[in-house]
Amino acid sequence: MGTIYIDGEAREANDKQNLLHACLSLGLDLPYFCWHPAMGSVGACRQCAVKQFKDENDTRGKLVMACMTPATPNARISIRDPEAVAFRAAIIEGMMLNHPHDCPVCDEGGECHLQDMTVMTGHDYRRTRFPKRTFHDQYLGPFVYHQMNRCIQCYRCVRFYRNYAGGHDLNSFDIRNTVFFGREKDGVLESEFAGNLVEVCPTGVFTDRTLRQHYTRKWDLRMAPSICGHCSLGCNITMGERYGVLRRVVNRFNSEVNGYFLCDRGRYGYEYVNSKERIRDAMLDGKRISGDEAEQQLQTMISGGKRLIGIGSPRASLESNFALQRLVGKENFFAGVALGEWEALTAAVDALRTTPARIASLHDVEESDTVLILGEDVSNSAPRMALSLRQATRQQSFEAAAKLRIPLWMDDAVREVAQDQRSPLFLAATGATRLDDIAAKLYRAAPDDIARLGFAIAHEIHSSAPEVPGLSNEILEAARTIAVVLKSAKHPVVISGTSSRSIPLIQAAANVARALCDSGLRASLSLVAPECNGVGLALMGARPPQEMFDSAKDATVIVLENDLYRRFLRSAVDDLFGSAERTIVLDHLANETTARANLLLPATTIAESDGTLVSSEGRAQRFFQIFPPQPELRESWRWLRDHAWTSLDDVLKAMADEALQLAPVIKAAPQESFRIAGAKVPREPHRYSGRTAKTANISVVEPKPPADPDSALSYTMEGAHVQPPAALQPFFWSPGWNSIQAVNKFQSEIGDALRGGDPGVRLFESSSGGSYFNAIPAPFTPRKSEWLLVPAQHIFGSEELSSHAPGIAELAPDPYLAMNAAGAAKLQLEASSEVEINLGGTAYRLPLQIAPELPDGVAAIPDGLTPARGAELPAWTAIRRAQ
Amino acid sequence: MLSILRTMWNVLLHTFHKRVTIQYPEQKPYLTPRTRGRIILSRDPDGGERCVACYLCAVVCPVDCIALQATQDENERRFPEFFRINFSRCIFCGLCEDACPTYAIQLTPDFEMSEFNRENLVYEKEDLLIDGPGKYPGYNFWRVSGVQVGGKGKGESENEQPPTDVRRLLP
Ligand code: SF4
Ligand code: SF4
Ligand code: SF4
Ligand code: SF4
Ligand code: FES
Repeated sequence: MGTIYIDGEAREANDKQNLLHACLSLGLDLPYFCWHPAMGSVGACRQCAVKQFKDENDTRGKLVMACMTPATPNARISIRDPEAVAFRAAIIEGMMLNHPHDCPVCDEGGECHLQDMTVMTGHDYRRTRFPKRTFHDQYLGPFVYHQMNRCIQCYRCVRFYRNYAGGHDLNSFDIRNTVFFGREKDGVLESEFAGNLVEVCPTGVFTDRTLRQHYTRKWDLRMAPSICGHCSLGCNITMGERYGVLRRVVNRFNSEVNGYFLCDRGRYGYEYVNSKERIRDAMLDGKRISGDEAEQQLQTMISGGKRLIGIGSPRASLESNFALQRLVGKENFFAGVALGEWEALTAAVDALRTTPARIASLHDVEESDTVLILGEDVSNSAPRMALSLRQATRQQSFEAAAKLRIPLWMDDAVREVAQDQRSPLFLAATGATRLDDIAAKLYRAAPDDIARLGFAIAHEIHSSAPEVPGLSNEILEAARTIAVVLKSAKHPVVISGTSSRSIPLIQAAANVARALCDSGLRASLSLVAPECNGVGLALMGARPPQEMFDSAKDATVIVLENDLYRRFLRSAVDDLFGSAERTIVLDHLANETTARANLLLPATTIAESDGTLVSSEGRAQRFFQIFPPQPELRESWRWLRDHAWTSLDDVLKAMADEALQLAPVIKAAPQESFRIAGAKVPREPHRYSGRTAKTANISVVEPKPPADPDSALSYTMEGAHVQPPAALQPFFWSPGWNSIQAVNKFQSEIGDALRGGDPGVRLFESSSGGSYFNAIPAPFTPRKSEWLLVPAQHIFGSEELSSHAPGIAELAPDPYLAMNAAGAAKLQLEASSEVEINLGGTAYRLPLQIAPELPDGVAAIPDGLTPARGAELPAWTAIRRAQ
Repeated sequence: MLSILRTMWNVLLHTFHKRVTIQYPEQKPYLTPRTRGRIILSRDPDGGERCVACYLCAVVCPVDCIALQATQDENERRFPEFFRINFSRCIFCGLCEDACPTYAIQLTPDFEMSEFNRENLVYEKEDLLIDGPGKYPGYNFWRVSGVQVGGKGKGESENEQPPTDVRRLLP
């Protein structure tokens, strides 16, 4: 920190930052385009000009780019200087020379950074008459819509796409004033982070194509803070609704979790909420009944001392799982997670609870200087983490830049220093992953062999970790090299997860983290969990799934937001429903399980619910209703509630009393009684339009705004428009800052936590107990006539809910079975020939794909995407040509 | 006393002045085209719907009595799927007309729209859309804007150069 003088006023500024960063952190308005808080400065747009003076006697000063000038102590600058003001106005005028007359039909309008900056500089009249330059547009896939005429050549898009996200297929072409940003030819953008372009681009060149299908301006959206429900990372999002239709998802800044970016599954998976498959009515034996009738039916079915069995869900909130557990009793509450996955999950939670390492947030991952990934394909199972990992591999080059005294925000210079230098990322995976290109060392093997490597690394780091017997020299060598590098790191991180459903993998990762801690390093550990609330479910103390099949006999089975056919063998689920006396299912999308319900209760999705999810970081985060559900729909916890509970706060309190480890969950967000100046936090922006006409076609009398008994948010535009606690922040908007970049105004320092601290509470911190895991698996040996079939994760398609969004479904791969060429040759099969496998007594046919990366003896099928999805994987199976 | 007499005298004099009161409804007053009465949606010179569903009228409306939903036709031309004005709330301030970037929404001199039933004051697009361009004959937003829309390619709008060729090698 140091003192700088801005327009004669002494202000405190971070001297490690640039002047633009300093001005914005101080809450001053200074226009900019090319600088981005997460991507630093390149000085491309020349919009952030200020006058800088040598000392207090200098009256002439010189124009400098604020984003390219360090905020050195005693710097004297002027934002208001007439020459600087005129310069900035001229820059905008230059950008506007060719700008199309598009605002009315531009989806960026109303939240356009270019509009904001144009207004800020005062440019309001076109003085030129010559013809405007135009461009062809491209088809870029189902998510991003391209209108190149609107480009101001700030280069943010390519800097994000290529430098930050590691994509290849978006580039700048041509020269002069005709620089073009797009692909070499039309086609779907390859990067799984391409969706961020709609927020990164300060203009309407890249806009949200899904929003375009049901376009609404930002000011007309009812918005509330929510949590992404499409993987276990718990990225913070804002959803917006209008006329009962969910319109879009945008990023909600959380410096510990997602920062400024989301993955495309999270951004575009929301459309399942609007799906035709939604269950909108309660059904009793296939007949539609009203919500009140359903409530009565439920009461009769569950009362009278009948034996109740509850099947929980990793994609339902803590509250809903808790309400079910409370209703059926702890001994009758089962985890509705596939057997192998549940074992891996409980092993992971166990490891997280006992590890001496820090449980890594995404921010920690980003700041790690050495990475070890054991068997988890994070780009597909926890996609946002892959983006953090790409930044982690830059850490070493930051040191090199610091040695040359290049500040880190000087993005181009830092990258120039780095060249191809990357911090080590060791990647052990069964198949190809999207991070292969940044891996210092790649190790491909079956899960058990990867686990053995992990155990070996742990032993090489610290001798108190168990030794792995029978290691080949090659692996031992690899383990030694990796151990040496890990030990020389400052902040190493170890990453694994449950998607291979392998306990040894998780325990190997935990051992490495422990060994690093034992060697005195500040290591962190991250274990990716299944679905958005897998960790939460594991913390509830559910009984393991295998026991539910027997217990269900003659009982009333209640299935909570869970398609059991996706997780267990068809025959087993059929038996379960067949032997049960009665089945009650709560869900929001029709599926095979809901088709088996005697009583089907329509539940709400995340967008229409309040609740809490626990991320794989162990962070409990609250999500809030975006819009009130239709009258027949209820949150699952409301259907199942104890009648003493009237609101979410009652559920939370009951949960805190019952499950001690979940007690902190209450603190994840303020309670319903929270008020600012006597009012709740409004979900609608102050410009929300159409209040007196929206429903006038139904009744000209305006309805009273719906009440919200569960949260401190209100369904109105009334209330103090001041910054609420971060967990309640419904949207980012500030006078003069209509775009998402208004988030600057809500941080104490740009890029740091939101004022008052980031949302969510962490449930586990490093523990001092625990010990090394000893269960080292035997080496993997390929079998003669059988293959080990493993699940392969796909960002688009493997997750259940998002795969109901049309765009995601379009990008999901077709079912396949992959093996390496040697395997195919052995079977005398060629690519795309039909093969037959047998799992759990059922034969399945799949087209063959050759995946050279897979080890011998291992085959893969896409998780959740084949008819065999209920079968337990990994499994040994014979593979032969389909007859 | 004196002032009362003077007042009576003045009143008497008015009897001989020209009348300004008009015998409405028998007699209709002349209202200038800019009078702010019943709102209509106009069409562009080609007969297409002018409104591009930009939501600007809705957001500027001080009583929030305009509601609409944007959609696109097969040629990517944006138009309102529905467009509703609740005239029982409208205060005829004319801000919507000021805000409209396409001259679609216009206030007309017609003010005779009383109803016994408030419901009948809710006008949908069918009730609002007229057949001509209203007060502003020549303007067609789509000819000016830079987007590609049914029949008009990139670079074919008014005052535009042809689209650049990214693969050209000349500097
Ligand atoms: S990018 Fe912004 S300024 Fe340009 S047309 Fe779109 S809304 Fe208007
Ligand atoms: S497309 Fe957007 S982000 Fe890229 S250079 Fe143009 S304005 Fe900047
Ligand atoms: S990484 Fe996971 S939580 Fe984050 S946006 Fe993607 S799917 Fe959602
Ligand atoms: S302002 Fe004009 S173009 Fe925009 S929605 Fe209203 S009527 Fe349509
Ligand atoms: S923001 Fe400083 S030059 Fe672009």
